[in-house]
Amino acid sequence: MSVPTAFRTCPTTGLKVHLPAENLIKANAVVAVVFFLIGVAMALLVAMTRWPAVHLLGDEFFYRALTAHGINMLIFWIIFFEIAVLYFASAILLNSRLAAPKLGWLAFALMLAGSGLVDVMIALGKADVMMTSYVPLKAHPLFYLGMILFAVGALVGTSLFFATLVIARRDRTYEGSLPLVVFGAATAAIIAVVTIAHGAIIYIPTMLWSMGIIEHIDASTYRILWWGLGHPSQQINVAAMIAIWYLLGALTVGAKPINEKLCRTAFVLYILFINLASAHHLLVDPGVSSTWKIWNTSYAMYLAVLASMIHGMTVPASIEVAQRRKGYTKGLFEWLKKAPWGNPSFAALTLSIVIFGFIGGITGVTFGTEQINIISHNTLRIPGHFHATVVGGTTLAFMGVTYYVLPLIFRRQVVAQALAKIQPYLFGVGIVMVSLGMTFAGSYGISRRHWDITFAGATLQPAVDPTVYLLLGIMGIGAILAVLGALLYILITVGTVLAGKKTG
Amino acid sequence: MSITVPERVWWKPLDKGEKLWVAIALTWCLVMFIMMPLWHLQGKQNAPSETYRVSADQFEKAAAAFITQYRVGEEQGVPVVAPPSGSDIYLVARMWSWEPVLKLEKGKTYRLHLSSVDLQHGMTIYPMNINFQVLPGYDYVLTITPTEKGEYHLICNEFCGIGHHLMVGKILVV
Repeated sequence: MSVPTAFRTCPTTGLKVHLPAENLIKANAVVAVVFFLIGVAMALLVAMTRWPAVHLLGDEFFYRALTAHGINMLIFWIIFFEIAVLYFASAILLNSRLAAPKLGWLAFALMLAGSGLVDVMIALGKADVMMTSYVPLKAHPLFYLGMILFAVGALVGTSLFFATLVIARRDRTYEGSLPLVVFGAATAAIIAVVTIAHGAIIYIPTMLWSMGIIEHIDASTYRILWWGLGHPSQQINVAAMIAIWYLLGALTVGAKPINEKLCRTAFVLYILFINLASAHHLLVDPGVSSTWKIWNTSYAMYLAVLASMIHGMTVPASIEVAQRRKGYTKGLFEWLKKAPWGNPSFAALTLSIVIFGFIGGITGVTFGTEQINIISHNTLRIPGHFHATVVGGTTLAFMGVTYYVLPLIFRRQVVAQALAKIQPYLFGVGIVMVSLGMTFAGSYGISRRHWDITFAGATLQPAVDPTVYLLLGIMGIGAILAVLGALLYILITVGTVLAGKKTG
Repeated sequence: MSITVPERVWWKPLDKGEKLWVAIALTWCLVMFIMMPLWHLQGKQNAPSETYRVSADQFEKAAAAFITQYRVGEEQGVPVVAPPSGSDIYLVARMWSWEPVLKLEKGKTYRLHLSSVDLQHGMTIYPMNINFQVLPGYDYVLTITPTEKGEYHLICNEFCGIGHHLMVGKILVV
């Protein structure tokens, strides 16, 4: 079946690149960046409304923009990019052909149709329901249909990844165990299957309910099942991000995993235990007992947290070992001082590890305990947490890997190198300010998803602590910096794809 | 490298530093786990709760009877209710109000029935910052004891439509 002309050899890495796989990677990555742009535009509108000094949008458009921001960022941008990562990790890294590229295009078409439908419904004002679309809040049936089409497409893409692993094994395109990055991508793909199954179980009946075919969807049941989709989809991001950490460690400083056993065991712990995070969303809910809450938010031992703690050690350790091997052995920190800080991919990798671990991870784990959850549930502390994980962590790692995807897959030299050097720092600093501003404002009880914290127009007027205005100002200024960093990323990416000097 | 196939046998013993780190991390995980149930018993922070199924009609009827029985006044069109200690008290969440205003006594214990008659809502006691999810179809019964006198606002922390930010209620502790 494999036609010799379907491959080229990469002059930089020596890898055999399957051209149909390469085209699919390009298509998914480009569309991901388009959705990222929509998400960034919405981010600016949302942040400029929540900064009380600006308070830009009216209530209706604020909630609409917030719905669009969540869905475009958390689902469309990230999953399109992840599908590209899955094709890269299977076909390219294993020197294999991609199984059934035609199905890959089908997956792409389904995801594009689904995401387009969802965005049109939101824009028309038929789905002002937030990303969570908690019943009995009702959207137009086509909104749910769009979500289902997108999920089916993502499932087809994920299946192609598994099929490609099988083909590569059978065709002996590699000998022995999978490379660690592919192993990590496989972890993400396994979690994706579980996640998408939950999505199907909850979105299909909800669509039928919004069409009037099913009479009632129970609010508590919806929350349990929806969070089986909602949080694990972020765990796909965690696993994919960590696979990319290892990839970037290898590409930027030539890092080798210090102990494959430890790294791989940690990925397996994710598969077994990471689903526990979905129960964190139900810690102050009626309908589930304290025993249920305690068991399901820890599975008795927080072993998914252990996995993250392990990666948090092994990734930096592998970088240190690689740097020391290069002769940077003076004192404790010469290896760090002489690291390639001017390489945007290395900067993005380091910032991603630090922001994800120290801000995102710590806030997430503490909010997952019942006692801290009761004071943080649905306050701004929650978006403060996930802007550190999914934006400062995952998105920044994806940005970092883009600076390698451009020359290796698109075969174009990155334009505006000087700007690319500062881009991760600008974005990173901005997102840290956003995250901390939100987290601390949330500790004053400020709600997430709230148009007006001054309660102007309400019959009763709660007093707001003046410190909150300072904190939301920090969030607002951080958001402007992060949006500038994001726009710079988009400009560099698009500029490179359209006008970068061709390589190889 | 992590992008290439590892050597044939990669299942190798951990070195001392790795073992130490895993041990520290695992200990931390155990502390986290033990603290959650322990603090549940020791911390007096999580209100004891029960849940019952209830329809919007049933809940509204029970709340209306409760309001008529213990009504002592009105604030901004919302009835103010002063129930006796130890009694079952009701709080109705709807788009976009909390009803009634509850007047409770410091140090007395009440069984608070909490439910929504339309969409999902979230109750934040503000500025204390205690949060509970309020779902339609569920009677969430929290056994509560106010420990400090004062005026507390209730705000909604779950998006419930265009008037979400107007949904403010009140609890008075005397």
